[in-house]
Amino acid sequence: MIESRRFRAFVLAASATIVASLGVAPAGAWEPTRNVEFIVPAGTGGGADQMARMIQGIIAKHNLMKQTMVVVNKAGGAGGEGFLDIKGAKGNPNKLVITLSNLFTTPLATGIPFSWKDMTPVSMLALDEFVLWVNADSPYKTVQEYVAAIKAAPNGQFKMGGTGSKQEDQIITVALEKAIGKKMTYVPYKGGGEVAVQLVGKHIDSTVNNPIEAVAQWRAGKLRPLCVFDSKPLPYTDKVAGDMSWADIPTCKSQGLDIEYLMLRGVFMPAGVPKDAVDYYVDLFKKVRATPEWAQLMKDGAFNQSSMTGADYAKWVENEEKRHRDLMKEAGFLATN
Amino acid sequence: MESIGDLMGGFAVVLSWQNLLYMVIGIVLGVIIGVLPGLGGANGVAILLPLTFSMSPTSAIILLSCIYWGALFGGAITSILFNIPGEPWSVATTFDGHPMAQNGKAGEALTAAFTSSFVGALFAVIVITLAAPLVASFALQFGPAEKFSVFFLAFCSFVGMGKEPPTKTIAAMMLGFALAAVGTDTVTGQLRLTFGSTELLGGFDFLIAVIGLFGIGEILLTMEEGLSFKGKAAGINRKVVLQTWKELPRYWVTSLRSCLIGCWMGITPAGATPASFMSYGIAKRASKNGDKFGTGEIEGVIAPETAAHAAGTSALLPMLSLGVPGSPTAAVLLGGLLIWGLQPGPLLFVEQKEFVWGLIASMYLGNIVGLVVVLTMVPFFAAILRIPFAIVAPVILVICAIGAYTVHNNAFDVVMMLVFGVAGYLLKKCNYPLAPLVLAIVLGDKAEEAFRQSLLISQGSLGVFWSSGLVATIMSLGLIALFWPFLSTLYGKALTPALRK
Amino acid sequence: MSRSPDDPEMSGPRHRHVEMGVAAVILLLGAITIFGSLKVGIGWGAEGPKSGFFPFWIGLLIVAASAFNFVRAYLDSSRKLFAEWGQISQVLKIVWPMAIYVAAVPWLGIYVSSALLIIGFMRWLGRYGWPLTLGIGLGLQVVIYVTFEKWFLLSLPKGPLEDLLGL
Repeated sequence: MIESRRFRAFVLAASATIVASLGVAPAGAWEPTRNVEFIVPAGTGGGADQMARMIQGIIAKHNLMKQTMVVVNKAGGAGGEGFLDIKGAKGNPNKLVITLSNLFTTPLATGIPFSWKDMTPVSMLALDEFVLWVNADSPYKTVQEYVAAIKAAPNGQFKMGGTGSKQEDQIITVALEKAIGKKMTYVPYKGGGEVAVQLVGKHIDSTVNNPIEAVAQWRAGKLRPLCVFDSKPLPYTDKVAGDMSWADIPTCKSQGLDIEYLMLRGVFMPAGVPKDAVDYYVDLFKKVRATPEWAQLMKDGAFNQSSMTGADYAKWVENEEKRHRDLMKEAGFLATN
Repeated sequence: MESIGDLMGGFAVVLSWQNLLYMVIGIVLGVIIGVLPGLGGANGVAILLPLTFSMSPTSAIILLSCIYWGALFGGAITSILFNIPGEPWSVATTFDGHPMAQNGKAGEALTAAFTSSFVGALFAVIVITLAAPLVASFALQFGPAEKFSVFFLAFCSFVGMGKEPPTKTIAAMMLGFALAAVGTDTVTGQLRLTFGSTELLGGFDFLIAVIGLFGIGEILLTMEEGLSFKGKAAGINRKVVLQTWKELPRYWVTSLRSCLIGCWMGITPAGATPASFMSYGIAKRASKNGDKFGTGEIEGVIAPETAAHAAGTSALLPMLSLGVPGSPTAAVLLGGLLIWGLQPGPLLFVEQKEFVWGLIASMYLGNIVGLVVVLTMVPFFAAILRIPFAIVAPVILVICAIGAYTVHNNAFDVVMMLVFGVAGYLLKKCNYPLAPLVLAIVLGDKAEEAFRQSLLISQGSLGVFWSSGLVATIMSLGLIALFWPFLSTLYGKALTPALRK
Repeated sequence: MSRSPDDPEMSGPRHRHVEMGVAAVILLLGAITIFGSLKVGIGWGAEGPKSGFFPFWIGLLIVAASAFNFVRAYLDSSRKLFAEWGQISQVLKIVWPMAIYVAAVPWLGIYVSSALLIIGFMRWLGRYGWPLTLGIGLGLQVVIYVTFEKWFLLSLPKGPLEDLLGL
């Protein structure tokens, strides 16, 4: 079954190659000429990896592309390895990369030389939300109660768990510390699922997990969401845990914590690629976003479904980079050498 | 006994001809993945994941988990035949498995490895069936300090027992730790020991070191001794499976101990690799043939293989009930669950009964199918050793190079593999032990990470490692294991005069 | 293998000299580790040890243990040989082609390099006839291509030949 599909793909690929080599490629629409590498600048199993593999699956299932999409993980150096690969592949239209916040944080924190300007922005797929979570057994029912408890305790007594170091979770933690005026102890872990379980096991006091990382524990009544770091409440009104839905979580701002943070899930290509190629992929991801599987993923992970392409997207990324530079500078996360 | 009923329901779901077909396909693909170094189980599952979106979740997980079992089985094959561990957890299998093949006992070694794998997996599935909720709450108690203590115990039970000079053991092990430290420091996010090189950003991958040190190093040693594999004369006997089976029940204590170690390490979740090392180390100390370990003892194959499979299987439990993957492959399977719209977590067992028990039933059946598939191939695998060295050696070199490349899709890693190969040849000739070096590369950064997370939580106080009964017990066990040779000598001395009276 | 390497009649590098060399290289790696650790800070901050703390002590242990190994090898008066020159040249027969192979992979791609390695090895060391040599050398490439690129969708390094063929 698998074989036959592969075989069909092979025949298609072979015939496409023959057409191309004879120089009678149909005029007009650009199409990838060999397997498209989709680079994930993070390890297997994380949020970006899941999304990339989901896209790969959607494209294969709905036959959206003649060539095969191949997901490649390049996680070294907090993702620097993957971005350097894109930077080095100038002009290669068969390579894509999906981004996390490390697009901005890694060059700032480690000094690895790359920036989004070394790449061509293709499309913003969605934005990932962040929620402040505490253990359901803890006495804190609202943000105010939790903040009051942190304020009353000595510096560093409350422990915040998060994914990675000097990345999105720690940036939010620092912003939180600044808003409250007390230090917390930030404990970095490798993956979001692990962070959620450490909170269930009461080894830490709170987390800023993405919805998808903590939802299972919330539904099981082990965790409690306090607020979401977005400007407006989430739009998903289906009941998730008990009689609570994502939409019932108040924004942090409305609770007196003026912090907003969203993480980019977007796609970039190497620099110097033909415009036709960019347009092809913009259109491809538009089709991906229209599938029911994608809608389900958005709902499961309570994503912010903003999407942009072209100049708007580039401008958004530029602002975001500036914002990260300021945030990282304030937090003292910039590389020293 | 509600779970027995659920399990029977699970069998009813799984036992369709289509699912059985997926099982066989999965096992065969898994064995191929396990045999090719670099193409690990995580990779294999990740690559095939998108193809399963159009299947029902139950069929899909059966296919993918069978790839996982197949890879666990397959890792042993190259370890025994060519001293090349296709997967991290089969490193410990090379210690006695490869010498057995060199002594002409490749068939026995393979049979013992496959059978032990099956026993380990079966034991772990039974634990999962009977004690799932209990186990999940046990796993929740493992914070950073507890995790560090488990790594500490794994180290202590393995080191301090070789025949090599102690300073060489220290040098080799510390070199492993130093190599593990290269790259991004996960706790501070800082780059260290990369000296501005972009190739070193990702650090030294364990698999590249192992392919070089063991695989290439072994080929160089063989070249030095003239062009022949020692095991060439191995007679291929079709009855070898049955003959080995007659011998295996004698080692039931080792098997049982290895099963327990494996389950524990899989659930905590420290993973299959430390489990296999720890089990090998403890078996070596406990066995009356302990001195002969490393020269081709069948017990030295049983212990790591049983533990690795028990751990690999029980690692699926924290994944299902907590959403925490116990291994890289489990992490990819977890991604798959999310994509199929299944939310791993405490409620999965309640809301998706059919899926969960179908999966557990497929663990039973998948391992039985797997055992049958690999055992029928034993004579075939053993026959590979009859191929002349001048043909097999370059083919192995090429497959190793591809394996090294596919780990990170980086041509620089192929260069590193050769460097490790020459280093492995020189170190082995100079009597440096390679096992502690490899163990340090695998566990070094994880242990350091857990240690520093613990200190972050305790704000710098080392007392955190004796702060609760659980962590204190594991740490003490580690210390006892470390000083065991010393303690047993003392004990022996104290006992001798008593016996004289 | 009737002669033993302990036989003083045979020639080759002395075991203790190789031991000294290996110990010196490990010592150097230890020193590099210490140097790198000092660059990122080896102190014990408020949040526990800094990035260089562990590598620093590990580097120190490496240096100490290798220094000991070096001295012991130096004091060893045995005339034991590491290996005969003949054996060393056998080993180099693999190391050199491998070094060239590894260097060629980024330029020629893995398929062409691998085919050349296998064909060279089988002809030169194995003295096999052309049909078998070419069969295995080229056949394996096809198997690798189908397994990795078609089944497992992993892209391996390619060179000018593959570009020409449009693979």
